[in-house]
Amino acid sequence: MPEKTERKTHRSVSYAKWGYFFIAPFFAVFIVFQLIPLLSTFYYSLFEYYRVGLKQIGPNFVYFKNYIEVLTGEMPEYALNTLIIWIMGFIPQILVSMLLAVWFTSYRLKLRGQRFFKTVIYMPNLIMASALAMLFFMLFSPVGPVNQMLTEWGIIDQSILFFNIPITARAIIAFMNFLMWFGNTTILLMAGIMGIDQNLFETAQIDGAKPFMIFIKITLPLLMPILVYVLITSMIGGIQMFDIPQVMTNRLGTPDRTTMTLIMYLNRHLTSKNLGLGGAVSVIVFIMTSILSVFVYSSLMRNYRIPREKAGTALFGKTKQKQSEVEVI
Amino acid sequence: MKRGVSGKGAKAGLALTRSVCYIVLILLSLLCIFSFYFLIVNASRPHAEIMSELSLSPGKYLFKNLSNLLADKNISLLRGLFNSLFISACTAALTSYFSAMTAYGIYAYNFRFKKAAFTFIMMIMMVPTQVSAVGFIQLVSGMGLMDTFYPLILPSIAAPVVFYFMKSYMESVLPLEIVEAARVDGSNEFMTFNRIILPVIKPALAVQAIFSFVANWNNYFTPQLIINSDKNKTIPILIAQLRSADYMKFDLGMVYIMIFVAIIPLLIVYIFLSKYIIKGLTLGSVKG
Repeated sequence: MPEKTERKTHRSVSYAKWGYFFIAPFFAVFIVFQLIPLLSTFYYSLFEYYRVGLKQIGPNFVYFKNYIEVLTGEMPEYALNTLIIWIMGFIPQILVSMLLAVWFTSYRLKLRGQRFFKTVIYMPNLIMASALAMLFFMLFSPVGPVNQMLTEWGIIDQSILFFNIPITARAIIAFMNFLMWFGNTTILLMAGIMGIDQNLFETAQIDGAKPFMIFIKITLPLLMPILVYVLITSMIGGIQMFDIPQVMTNRLGTPDRTTMTLIMYLNRHLTSKNLGLGGAVSVIVFIMTSILSVFVYSSLMRNYRIPREKAGTALFGKTKQKQSEVEVI
Repeated sequence: MKRGVSGKGAKAGLALTRSVCYIVLILLSLLCIFSFYFLIVNASRPHAEIMSELSLSPGKYLFKNLSNLLADKNISLLRGLFNSLFISACTAALTSYFSAMTAYGIYAYNFRFKKAAFTFIMMIMMVPTQVSAVGFIQLVSGMGLMDTFYPLILPSIAAPVVFYFMKSYMESVLPLEIVEAARVDGSNEFMTFNRIILPVIKPALAVQAIFSFVANWNNYFTPQLIINSDKNKTIPILIAQLRSADYMKFDLGMVYIMIFVAIIPLLIVYIFLSKYIIKGLTLGSVKG
């Protein structure tokens, strides 16, 4: 007996080392290409370090001067722009997605052609954001199809300069964000609804609850964790908004910098090689996303607090099981 | 069932709700399609027509516009397509292989820092790449790798989100008995991973390779910081370049066909792979 135990322990120890071998590439690459750049970004944020023409200024240690400069300067304005554009896109996104998710999963409605609709509404998510921005820039340009259409129908006499009016410029960006993400959100929410115990819906229906009441009293509360997940990840994505406004406004954030986002501002420092200010903006954005990430992290890690076998079921078992009942796609 | 009392009324109500649903769904689908429809229409018309009037049906100028674009010396379209394709294919292969490898290391072995490693990867999952860009550029130029593809390809080996997907997938489909059996047969651990584990998780590899390919095909932020010579430009950079040129002087047919080239091939691939893509979404990202 003792001999056997010893051999077993020995064997598991010798295999355990392989774990390091398998995770080594990930950590090596992570440290070189992400961790070191991140730490050096933190470091640069404390220095006056930029270039004027061919002349290099710094690096001079200036404590938190860069932070004060960006926080009392343009950054709050751009943060507000980012927030406004994100909200303008997110509100329709979550409402439409919620509605579609409830419809698609409803036993009562039994909608047909679901696979087709899902394929179509998810499609914009895969489009190159910069190309979509260029396309919308063309479509809404003074001589573009949208103005041509409005003129032809006699709605307007003169072309509307959509990109010169803050509200329409922001709305077009928000609309592109909406278009790209509502299909994705719909599919996430659907999977969430299908993860809810179907007996609850049946019982409620037998008790005579109207669909709207079922939604308010059962679906919504049980879907809360996923809604929070969608909200937070969308916010993190919103903070990173870059490609669309950058290409659409040709990096200027026109009109009058009302569509200038945080990352566009960061990018401006990157291209002008102002490492100090760029570093400070990066660190502030990092802190913002980190605070939000805590929520995502805790919601993901919840799966791992339950015993191992159950964890797998929590992630896949349910969806798979429900697949047989309601076709996922 | 209060409504069930009057069967006919309930049925009519349901039919009405259903029609409302279909109308909304069709409108939303049109919303998704309309901009791409205009893209196809205008990409197939000559410049003068695009400027002068609206059309709802495609023209016959698609190939003419395309050959004009290919002939234009200022835009190296083929080069851009090749660069984008090359970078996306490499990252797709590296991301899916190494994420599976990392996930397997943490899933199959009980080593001392297993928990710490897992927690760490989960913590860095949401850190945006943009926030380390300042240091990244300095590092890349220090290494002498500016204007090369290495800084665009190599970092994809460490992809926390893909890792998480792979690990979840392994937990659901991969019994460790397979590994035990392979050990009894005298298989080396690394060989076991390559020859036995990878075939089992093929669906997950495929899904993640597709997502990674698309993400890198579309990526604009990092390439525009790293790439500056014409011969290394990717499609998103060429698109942005099109916007920064004075577009009114451009042949609009060519502008549209350029956007067309950036978008439509991917859409066609999507139509064929959509089933796997959408299924992959619900597998990977739902954490109830």
